[in-house]
Amino acid sequence: MSTAVDQGADRAESITAVPVRHPGRWVASLVLLVLAAMLVKALLTNPRFNWPLVGQYLFSAPVLQGLRNTLILTALAMATGIVGGLVLAVMRLSANPILSYVAAGYIWFFRGTPVITQLVFWFNLGLLFPTLGLGIPFGPEFVTFTTNTLITPFAACLLGLGLNEAAYMAEIVRSGINSVDTGQAEAAGALGMSRSQTLRRIVLPQAMRVIIPPTGNETISMLKTTSLVVVIGYFELQTAVQSIFSKNYQPAPLLIVAALWYLVLTSVLSVGQMYLERHYGRGTTRPGDDTGRGGFGGFGGRLWRTRTGDGR
Amino acid sequence: MTDDRPMVRAEGVCKSFGSHQVLRGIDLKVQPREVMCIIGPSGSGKSTFLRCINHLDKVSAGRLYVDGELVGYREHGGKLHELRESEVARRRRDIGMVFQRFNLFPHRTAAENVMEAPMAVRGDSRADARQQATELLTRVGLGDKLDSYPSALSGGQQQRVAIARALAMRPKLMLFDEPTSALDPELVGDVLAVMRQLAEEGMTMVVVTHEMGFAREVGDSLVFMDEGVVVETGKPRDVITNPAHQRTQTFLSKVL
Repeated sequence: MSTAVDQGADRAESITAVPVRHPGRWVASLVLLVLAAMLVKALLTNPRFNWPLVGQYLFSAPVLQGLRNTLILTALAMATGIVGGLVLAVMRLSANPILSYVAAGYIWFFRGTPVITQLVFWFNLGLLFPTLGLGIPFGPEFVTFTTNTLITPFAACLLGLGLNEAAYMAEIVRSGINSVDTGQAEAAGALGMSRSQTLRRIVLPQAMRVIIPPTGNETISMLKTTSLVVVIGYFELQTAVQSIFSKNYQPAPLLIVAALWYLVLTSVLSVGQMYLERHYGRGTTRPGDDTGRGGFGGFGGRLWRTRTGDGR
Repeated sequence: MTDDRPMVRAEGVCKSFGSHQVLRGIDLKVQPREVMCIIGPSGSGKSTFLRCINHLDKVSAGRLYVDGELVGYREHGGKLHELRESEVARRRRDIGMVFQRFNLFPHRTAAENVMEAPMAVRGDSRADARQQATELLTRVGLGDKLDSYPSALSGGQQQRVAIARALAMRPKLMLFDEPTSALDPELVGDVLAVMRQLAEEGMTMVVVTHEMGFAREVGDSLVFMDEGVVVETGKPRDVITNPAHQRTQTFLSKVL
């Protein structure tokens, strides 16, 4: 599209007009710059932020250990959520009313209760069910476990975060599947593809374009939600810094340490999301097209809009 | 395949969506190598009838046979049994379908669109499927567009990819559901040329269309449908130049 406009510009005499002035924008920019400068000065010159201590703890062993556990927990909880969400979404869209209602009931329950409640509940499962067994329903049990040995703090975290996430992912996947034109499934069916082949090879790859941006959101949100497991004492980034500042009484620099790491990880995830979106957007965007959707593309979209605004 | 057995045989086919009856008893026969064109006003049920042939829509009453096999059901002990999903899929392999809105897979290139079903359904290797896709796309005049995504192709090119995709399963019957209705006028010719070539090669075709020129020159038979019934059927030239029914005359006077 842009090339056609360029060619037109070559042929005709290009317009040189005095652009519209925007004094309001200049004033607003000036005010923001002054405020930003004040903030930077406050951050750097206030000794109570204790930046040397931030540097000292940023790469310390307990912080790195906590960071590692945060990453593992985020990855596994999201994996549980995505797989569970996919299964629930397919159940929800099933023609079988039992499957559909069970999925709806699950989503209703897990979205309707706070995740912190669920975490504490899983951690204390032993109070309700002292033992868990495998066997025939309403019949004999073959193996029996003590709940407290099976549900470690880590397992409780994973169950609490993963099962809760599955409910949210189910809705995301469902909206993605619904966004794909029904003609696609018909065309696949007319070619002799089975329903599961159609789902895997035709519908889901196209649904991904709709599924990925909110899933990126969920992953970033999950990264920070893992800090809630402080309540059941699992050792991750937030627990690590809390245990340090409870001893040295320096909460501010240690919370900055945690915040810096969360920011770094979120930035890395955002870049990863951009590449995933580009991969699944193939066929829908032409080379060199800026769709202005998500990630850095969204930034570009905003810039472009400002520029046309100036041109008018 | 015996030549005296019709490729498609419809006996009193009815189809309702809820209380709305779209087909009210269709009786038709399509012989092997025949090109049948179906015309009629919108809402006359012609697309629905086409979709019943490969069981995208379920027949509510009557019997519909493709190559001697009942569509969607198995008759056993005087009772009809619904076919399992895998059996429906197996029978659909032999029937190619081309849609009004192309329905190409947008996340696959032209070649990958054609390769999809042979690889997924027939289990062809990627190399074999690629070779077949190259041949088919060359046949429809798109040998230079193998690696283009549908969004980079014109409507006429997309529809020709769709025809190649349907041919990839080596069907014995091709269904066309208004294949040129969504195209800009100057792109219609290329698609019709491909369909004409296919007809000359002996493909059995059922074509729902508004292209009277194509129906007259390529069609072996012409069916006029209105309000869910077949009003008139015969040689295209006869039906077009000398329609027997008032309703056919009225319709033709509007489209010709």
